[in-house]
Amino acid sequence: MPVILATDLIIFFLVGAILYFVIASRKEGTLKSVRRELGKNRLAFACMVFLAFYVSVALLDSVRYRDAVIGDDGASAISEDGGVIYSPEALSLLDRMLSGMRTRTEKTYSAPFATHSYAKESMEGPDGGIVRDYPPLKYPGKHWLGTDRVGNDVLFTALKGIRTGVVIGAGTTIVIIPFAIFFGVVAGFYGGFIDDAVQYVYTTLSSIPGVLLIVAFMLLFGSSGYQGGLVSEGHIIWRAFVLNDRLFWLCVILGITSWTDLCRLIRGETLKLRELEYVQASRAFGIGRLSIIYRHIVPNVMHLVLITFVLQFSGLVLAEAILSYIGIGVGPEMGSWGNMINTARLELSREPVVWWNLLAAFAAMFALVLPANIFGDAVRDALDPRLRYR
Amino acid sequence: MTPVLEIKDLKTYFKTPRGVAKAVDGVSFAIPKGGTFALVGESGCGKSITALSVIQLVPEPAGYIASGEILLNGRDIVDLTEREKRGIRGNNISMIFQEPMTSLNPVLTIGEQIMEAITLHQGKTRKDARRAAIEMLGRVKLPDPASLLSAYPHSLSGGMRQRVMIAIALSCRPDLLIADEPTTALDVTIQAQIIDLIDELKREMSTAVLLITHNMALVYTHAETVGVMYAGKIAELSPTKTLFRNPMHPYTVKLLRSIPGQEKRGLKLDTIPGAVPPATSYPVGCRFSGRCPREMEGCANIEPPLVERAPGHFVACHLHDPEFMSKPYSKPLRHEPDELPSLAVPHEKRETLLEVKGLKTYYPIRKGLLKRVKGHLKAVDGIDLTVRKGSTLALVGESGCGKTTAGKSIIQLIRPTEGKIIFNGRELTTLSEKGLRPFKSRMQIIFQDPYSSLNPRLTVKETIEEGIRALNPGLAKKAREEKIAETLLRVGLSAETMQRYPHEFSGGQRQRIGIARALAVDPEFIVCDEAVSALDVSVQAQILNLLKSIQRDFGLSFLFITHDLGVVEYIADEVAVMYGGRIVEKGPTEEIFSNPKDAYTKRLLDAVPKIDASLLASWKLP
Amino acid sequence: MLTYIIRRILYAIPIVIGVNLLTAVLFFYVNTPDDMARKILGEKNVTTAQVENWKRDHGYNLPVFFNGPEEGTAKLTETIFFKKSLPLLWFDFGRSDRNNIDIGGEIKTRMWPSLAISLPMFTFGLVLDLFLAMMLAYYRGTYLDLWGVVLAVVMMSVSTLFYIIGGQFLLGKVLKLFPISGFDTGMDSVKFLVLPVVIGVLSSLGVGVRFYRTVFLEEINKDYVRTARAKGLSEGAVLFKHALKNAMIPVLTNVVVSIPFLFYGSLIMERFFAIPGLGNFTIDAIQAQDFAIVRSMVYLGSILYIVGLILTDISYTLVDPRVRFE
Repeated sequence: MPVILATDLIIFFLVGAILYFVIASRKEGTLKSVRRELGKNRLAFACMVFLAFYVSVALLDSVRYRDAVIGDDGASAISEDGGVIYSPEALSLLDRMLSGMRTRTEKTYSAPFATHSYAKESMEGPDGGIVRDYPPLKYPGKHWLGTDRVGNDVLFTALKGIRTGVVIGAGTTIVIIPFAIFFGVVAGFYGGFIDDAVQYVYTTLSSIPGVLLIVAFMLLFGSSGYQGGLVSEGHIIWRAFVLNDRLFWLCVILGITSWTDLCRLIRGETLKLRELEYVQASRAFGIGRLSIIYRHIVPNVMHLVLITFVLQFSGLVLAEAILSYIGIGVGPEMGSWGNMINTARLELSREPVVWWNLLAAFAAMFALVLPANIFGDAVRDALDPRLRYR
Repeated sequence: MTPVLEIKDLKTYFKTPRGVAKAVDGVSFAIPKGGTFALVGESGCGKSITALSVIQLVPEPAGYIASGEILLNGRDIVDLTEREKRGIRGNNISMIFQEPMTSLNPVLTIGEQIMEAITLHQGKTRKDARRAAIEMLGRVKLPDPASLLSAYPHSLSGGMRQRVMIAIALSCRPDLLIADEPTTALDVTIQAQIIDLIDELKREMSTAVLLITHNMALVYTHAETVGVMYAGKIAELSPTKTLFRNPMHPYTVKLLRSIPGQEKRGLKLDTIPGAVPPATSYPVGCRFSGRCPREMEGCANIEPPLVERAPGHFVACHLHDPEFMSKPYSKPLRHEPDELPSLAVPHEKRETLLEVKGLKTYYPIRKGLLKRVKGHLKAVDGIDLTVRKGSTLALVGESGCGKTTAGKSIIQLIRPTEGKIIFNGRELTTLSEKGLRPFKSRMQIIFQDPYSSLNPRLTVKETIEEGIRALNPGLAKKAREEKIAETLLRVGLSAETMQRYPHEFSGGQRQRIGIARALAVDPEFIVCDEAVSALDVSVQAQILNLLKSIQRDFGLSFLFITHDLGVVEYIADEVAVMYGGRIVEKGPTEEIFSNPKDAYTKRLLDAVPKIDASLLASWKLP
Repeated sequence: MLTYIIRRILYAIPIVIGVNLLTAVLFFYVNTPDDMARKILGEKNVTTAQVENWKRDHGYNLPVFFNGPEEGTAKLTETIFFKKSLPLLWFDFGRSDRNNIDIGGEIKTRMWPSLAISLPMFTFGLVLDLFLAMMLAYYRGTYLDLWGVVLAVVMMSVSTLFYIIGGQFLLGKVLKLFPISGFDTGMDSVKFLVLPVVIGVLSSLGVGVRFYRTVFLEEINKDYVRTARAKGLSEGAVLFKHALKNAMIPVLTNVVVSIPFLFYGSLIMERFFAIPGLGNFTIDAIQAQDFAIVRSMVYLGSILYIVGLILTDISYTLVDPRVRFE
């Protein structure tokens, strides 16, 4: 039985959009030239491959379904009213592919590739006496990045963080795109009172410092939504479709704090476009305003959307870690790099130092953010070098 | 006597992703003390890069001087150290640029910017430099030089800024002044003042001038020697008088004959097929091969050297080489007839199509704390015009005189503040947007900028289709496509171009698409808003020919908005001269040009440099 | 010019009111006083009477915007908005929900530690960013520039948390150069401030250097720079005299707006280094769910930002003659 979270839709949309761009760039003018520019830039291409890997992992981690409970007789268990009973746990394709990693847990910390545990324990020696020594691990050498305090494989946790990172980075912008385009275009195209109103709204909203607005929102909505039970993965999910997904709301809230930049950019571009000669030519044909917006304005601001999308991506991934640290990020049960850092932040003061948890989280984040930064620059340069300023 | 500047086989190349671009590829010429040498040619032929090479400011690191010598007073300056070059720049060689609006630093005062060069090169104290700066500003005829020192560039007009640029350039009495299109961005009347100023100061200081321009008439009136550049090389070099009396290179002849003017009225302008080859892939032989009307079999493979064929007259063309002509590969591939075919649209008194009465278009000016309307910008302030069926009315004037606003107001793209516009007997200004609809297909507009006039995201077909769909919704898909193909063919594009996007076309082709877009809805009246101003002269000729021929075929009326009087003389039946939102003079073209009555019209006409019309007969292909 | 400044200030008034309204809606409508009371009194086993008592004690037992039963102007004044939100306009922050402390007084004492850490961080950071960016711009196209940019991109791809945690571990714990965290007053505070300032400057270096380098390069490619070169000026004079002054215009937009915000400090830095500033105050309030404090801090942050915007516009008039002589 498939289970779909609201954030899964973001990932599906992202993958769909990427496929669309790949196909569309084969024929259409602007996209084609972007593709050519990017093709020439080998570094950007390498980053693209890297990002494609991350998105694939996120996609695998977003397709999940519940297994039917297998009864003692080997057939699916049937409930009293005749329906099939499903396991309360919805596992994603990634969980299933890496089920070895997922299930091979130890008792507590162990260093990467270690064969023995991190801490000494009292145990029965070969001669029958009690000795204090490092107990051997259940799965020696199998944990490439070691295990955390409760014995989970760190590599697996880091991989599970990918989906959260990609959702935050991509979802935030995706959620706001329709609003930013709508308000930006309408304000720029119609001008006058509408323009004043839209400008007032976004100036007011952007006056509230982003972090504080997020804090306020998460404190108000996040917690009350959270009480409803039923939240996110790892937790038990009974329904097939879940909108009550804290990560999704985090995207929405981050979006509210960041849509103003895109809206302002689109408004400015629309102001310029509406005076352009091809728009005037359309007006000379008596073409209605809505058609002009649809045919001439919106397609010609889309490059700004794409640029904003790639440029905001890395910043948002980094922001997630900070918000999770303050305690207003994704829920604590959700796999995320911010949570990894949060739970591991005191481990450096242990003796001996437990470094692998933190390092894994930072490295996984760095490996997403760096290619995203380089790729973002390349896309911007290919589409609109003037935007380097912003 | 050593010339001030002597360039020997200069090659300036650029590294580009597509290979080495040979922007300047073996150019040699010399300028004597006090002489003016003009480098002329269409855009992209390498003339500006030649200028930047001389002053050692080729944009690094992509560009570099690959070989050749640049001798300033006999001393090679190519291999000097950067420090030594700095001592020459602004001191021995200085330069003024095309764009006066952006060439001055917006956050430094005028005085600061002039005194900078003076203190740097002449070691004067600030006080002396200040005095010298005031003197210099006086010499470029700027009013109140002393108070100008503390002004910022934004408070000056374009013409005044160009004067400041000249003052800066000449403040150290350089041996050589490079003027790169110094008047192109200015209004006609200002153009004449600036070029005359340069001439005057040149004589006073006996400075040599390297004038870079695309304007043949300017060369004719202001240069002693001229080099015609084509694709990184000099095609023809000669004393100006000789060149205009007897142009020897087919490119020069073609270029001269493509200039519109009164003497060519009723004739088709000469055009050059194709485009300048990209600097990364020139033809092996003559660079003009493939476009030359006199091309011979050997031309594409054997490069013609620049040889003196008459005293002081150098030509790089095989046609003038007896040895080449005696060889079998001199068999002509093409031989275009020499006369210009006629394209007569006999002008007779036709009936009125459009009448404009007392047209006013105002824009509110908002000022003060609450941005209240404090007055109006009277862009168009009461004009009367009459356009007759099948004829062309030219609306001329300098930038900001309201001519474009007038054009757009007439076709109701901007709703006018006051006045009447009567089209075929119907008053338009009182109609609602809906009521205007039937008139939209009858009145169309063509724009100036071939780049911003087409939506980059739509194919040619979609662009042209838009108007047909809106104004003739009943037309079936099939018929619509036929109509588009037919229109494209009419403007000289093949029907296959339909599925392509604008960026795949050159400027001239884009302008054709713009014309097709207007033509596809079968208009009776077209406003051409500076429709040929952004184009090179040979491409401009193609578009003018096209406009003339569609006018003849469809009986169209044009309102031709332009600042180029040569174009007006060539194409217009009647002229209206606009100044400050009003029309100062109007009448038949010949009458206005031969006998202007208004003072402004006189000034305007006097300001335009002209090539002696009697020379036209001598511009014959060899 | 004066008109310009006055107009900018007038323009800010509706925005301040808008922010005030927005915070009121967020904190009193979306999250009603009943919710607040329950959160503070403990989620479970709270009786309605307890909630009502708490609301009465803290002045939340009123309608939010409009009090129907009252007479005349009291319809508007006897409301939560009028009593709790509107006074923010004249910086009357009221008292906190949990410990009944005076928020305004708390802000006054806590802004100094915030300033002590954020002011040096801002100043050193800006100077270093600009200096390095100009160096890269001067050596543009060389390997120094190339590797400088690479380093900047790498540095900006590293999480701030990594700088903090790594810096505390390396400089504080392993090398024992500075105390890991803490704060003191007077000259003693210096030894506590060095580490956060160094880490703060370092963590924003990548973004800053890269941004300012782009700004400088943008200016260097303008026409007036070509004119300056054609005069024979040296590359240094071109960069420092001509380009720098023009580049100050975009730099100002970026910089001046954050100056008032220095009073606010930084949430994370203060938390990690246990600086008793406003940022730390805010996080404490978040974790204690003290909405009166959070609301005050959100409002204060917005006001500081709006002041920053006005200062930015005024600073334009100082560097850009096109605005000065409007």
